[in-house]
Amino acid sequence: MAAVNKRRVSIGRIIVIILICVITFVYLVPFLFVIDTSLKPWNVIKDWPPKIIFKPTIAPYIRIFTARTVYPANNKPTEAEIAKMKWYEKLTYKESGEQIVRVGDLPKRYLNSLIITLASVALTIIMATFAAYGFSRFKIRGKDDLMFFILSTRMLPPVIVLIPVFLMFRKLALTDTHIGLILLYTAFNLSFAVWVLKGFIDEIPIEYEEAAMVDGYTRFQVFRKIVVPQAMTGIAATAVFCFIFAWNEYAFAFILTKSIAQTVPAWLPYQMGVLGYDWGAAAAGSVLFIIPALIFTIFLRKNLVRGITFGAIRK
Amino acid sequence: MARRSNENSSTLIQYRALQDQSILRMFILPTIILLIVINVFPLFYSLILSFSNFTAKFPLVWGKNPRFLGIENYIRLINDPDIWHRFVTTAKYVVLSVGGEMILGFAFALLLQIKFKGREIITTLLVLPMTMSPVIVGLMWKLFYDPNWGMFNYLLGLGKIDWATDLKYNLYASAIADIWMWTPFVMLLALAGLGAVPQYLYEAAEVDRASWWYKFSRITLPMVWPLLLIALIFRTMEAFKVFDVTMGISGRGASAPALLSISLYDTAFVTWKTGIGSALGYIVLIIIIAITNIFVKYLNKAKQ
Repeated sequence: MAAVNKRRVSIGRIIVIILICVITFVYLVPFLFVIDTSLKPWNVIKDWPPKIIFKPTIAPYIRIFTARTVYPANNKPTEAEIAKMKWYEKLTYKESGEQIVRVGDLPKRYLNSLIITLASVALTIIMATFAAYGFSRFKIRGKDDLMFFILSTRMLPPVIVLIPVFLMFRKLALTDTHIGLILLYTAFNLSFAVWVLKGFIDEIPIEYEEAAMVDGYTRFQVFRKIVVPQAMTGIAATAVFCFIFAWNEYAFAFILTKSIAQTVPAWLPYQMGVLGYDWGAAAAGSVLFIIPALIFTIFLRKNLVRGITFGAIRK
Repeated sequence: MARRSNENSSTLIQYRALQDQSILRMFILPTIILLIVINVFPLFYSLILSFSNFTAKFPLVWGKNPRFLGIENYIRLINDPDIWHRFVTTAKYVVLSVGGEMILGFAFALLLQIKFKGREIITTLLVLPMTMSPVIVGLMWKLFYDPNWGMFNYLLGLGKIDWATDLKYNLYASAIADIWMWTPFVMLLALAGLGAVPQYLYEAAEVDRASWWYKFSRITLPMVWPLLLIALIFRTMEAFKVFDVTMGISGRGASAPALLSISLYDTAFVTWKTGIGSALGYIVLIIIIAITNIFVKYLNKAKQ
């Protein structure tokens, strides 16, 4: 009797597990479809019904990296010319009949995204670690109010800050500069980072620091040699969260940058090729842009809940 | 001897504590200053502008541009039927997307209650949409929705519905993408809540031969409720401000759903009515604060 019961339970278990796997797959279909689109040959993309199995090509990735023109009808390249083309030129010509003119805007935009994100994360983490340590270890008058003030800045709808920031930046000639976006993203991540890091530092026993101070360490030495190394996991997790936020930010970048400091999110949705909207290239660009955040998410697994609740839930 | 050295070290610590005051300032002030310059000052700036006819298209001349109108902007906005329509649309959007996220997220969390190999991987995979850029998620769904070759209509066996730009459907298009992106958020919080339910409660219920429904409604739900409420607060605030996802799917202008945030952008940065835009921003802010307060009161009650 017991054995039968057990088997029934385990069959139920297996069914639920299969169900979970199926749901996960279905849930990720939109993303899989984009990866799939980014590998579709030019003449397959617009097929109806949509093809799932086809010979994949990396031509969309070449297209998102390059600027191209269409060969005029009376000036198609000859066989000999095609033979002399580099592989990516040949591939692009065969796919969409286009000629590669130069490297496109993607590398520049990607670099902008990287510079702005990394610089703002570094600045955020340095400032926030100091501030979090201060809030964690010192007696401060009105500490709770200050902490709440810091949190509340994050809750503001960006749109309401956007108008005055736009005017300020115009006045200070910060529109379309890297430094402008770096400062903005730092300010927006700071509140989050201070809260989460304070939680991590609160968990470090204060006795080590007291012992070190008795041994003649200064506050800075204590901070650098004892607190920072022990808080490193927390600092890394916080940095990853800040990275993801800054990397993904759209509204500010969209309004405050035009070309020089434009980041990928502000640029990618508006890419019209000479042949109309190039869906394959847009999909390829999306995939390339999403990858860094996806990789970082995997590192975050254990601290995800803590991060999304501003450190309120420590699991 | 021992006592003296003890005294010594305590005076040392006191001396350090004096020093600490200046260090403290160095530690905390940079953060506070940056937040004041980039968050607080703009807030007051836009409050002032919201009482004026300022337009950012022309240079700033106090008295002319901006010229102060008192609360005229606010009165105009409240009497504008289009704005009311947008409020209703935004509210509909919030209810749809947040409702969907709560139901799906909680359901996923319940399913993920059983322990099995690969559970961690599944959880991580499900969380992925949340970490993508909202505007890129919008763009991805725009591809997915495309009536001519996209997979969405095909897989669901729907006709050629133009989800992205048809005014009848584009609100739902954004809401679906929003649900897709943020269900994992609710799921994570619900999982954290479910994980914290003490096992002995279930064991006790088991002894009493309690039904599945009894266990769910008397143990699981009340224990997870505070966390679900937190998820609800976060998501409602965010959904009210939705901008990125919609911009990715429908863009702005005639094809966009009539959401407040889109109209806020249009007013401030397309028609350059900066004053009215600021006033609208403030109205949105007040609504968000009001809703959040109601939820937080409820949350405090639930926690007791």
